[in-house]
Amino acid sequence: MKIYKMGILGKKLGMTQVFTDDGKAVPVTVVQSGPCTVVQIKGDTSGDYSAIQLGFDDPREKSLSKSIKGHFAKAKTASFKILREIRLPSEETKGFSVGQVITADIFTENDFVDVSGVSKGKGFAGVIKRHHFHGFDAGHGTHECFRHGGSVGQHTFPGRIFRGMKMSGHMGNAQRTVQNLKVVRVIKDKNLLLIRGAVPGPTGAYLVVKKAIKKKPRPAAKKGGA
Amino acid sequence: MNIIDELEKEYLKPKLPEFNVGDTVKVHLKITEGDKERLQVFSGQVIARKGRGINSSMTVRKISYGEGVERVFLLNSPKIAKIEIAKKEAARRAKLYYTRKGVARRAL
Repeated sequence: MKIYKMGILGKKLGMTQVFTDDGKAVPVTVVQSGPCTVVQIKGDTSGDYSAIQLGFDDPREKSLSKSIKGHFAKAKTASFKILREIRLPSEETKGFSVGQVITADIFTENDFVDVSGVSKGKGFAGVIKRHHFHGFDAGHGTHECFRHGGSVGQHTFPGRIFRGMKMSGHMGNAQRTVQNLKVVRVIKDKNLLLIRGAVPGPTGAYLVVKKAIKKKPRPAAKKGGA
Repeated sequence: MNIIDELEKEYLKPKLPEFNVGDTVKVHLKITEGDKERLQVFSGQVIARKGRGINSSMTVRKISYGEGVERVFLLNSPKIAKIEIAKKEAARRAKLYYTRKGVARRAL
């Protein structure tokens, strides 16, 4: 069964490092998370699934089409640049109302989150970059084929290349999710989340930050432990 | 980058002592053992300074029982209680990695 968790829309502001209370340096990604506004609630009646639709970030007025303006007018909310649905069980969507503002404080420190976004495009990439192949020796008689993949099949039997064989091709610029990242700090007044580690996409990319479906926050560690 | 700069400012030390590559420093480190905290001093020559802002670090080299020991410190780390400058020395290079070689030869 699929698990649906509450999330928020965000914008990647870049990476830095911070120090924890016990003096450890932690690499973090700074994410502007919200404020998001609930624009629509999809219950089981308006489709075959239930979700809340969130709006985030100020749009350029001229880039809004009439149909999308009508959508915001119907919800009686401001206009937004980004609209994304967060799927939730129908009983949970009832806890929200259209126009409600959701901020970064749905997360607390030491929560684990899953972050989705569009990864950086790498163009047409070879097998070394794309699939971490090892390539060939730089010496010992290697001729021309330093970064080639090598053999892709066998002989007359099976006489074909197996499906899913790792080859060169387009890499990046695809929806990716990084799971189980730890929230290092929540800055409520600025709606900032400091998330340990890297998240998909370039600085300025739009992200969906959801509560982790796999990992649960650990109870606070005992102070002064070895 | 403004928001990130502001954020980093919170973690920066208000005042770092001024020293250069070549100087000999005494780094007072906070060491926690159980729930007790004590200070440990690592003294040696600064052979490299790297990075800027929150990322700035230095490499300190000393000779301990005839063996060269190097430690890299993040300058803004809260684990560093104090950096004391023991000796000022003008270096002709930005990185004193060549000192590693000299010691090895002397040891032979």
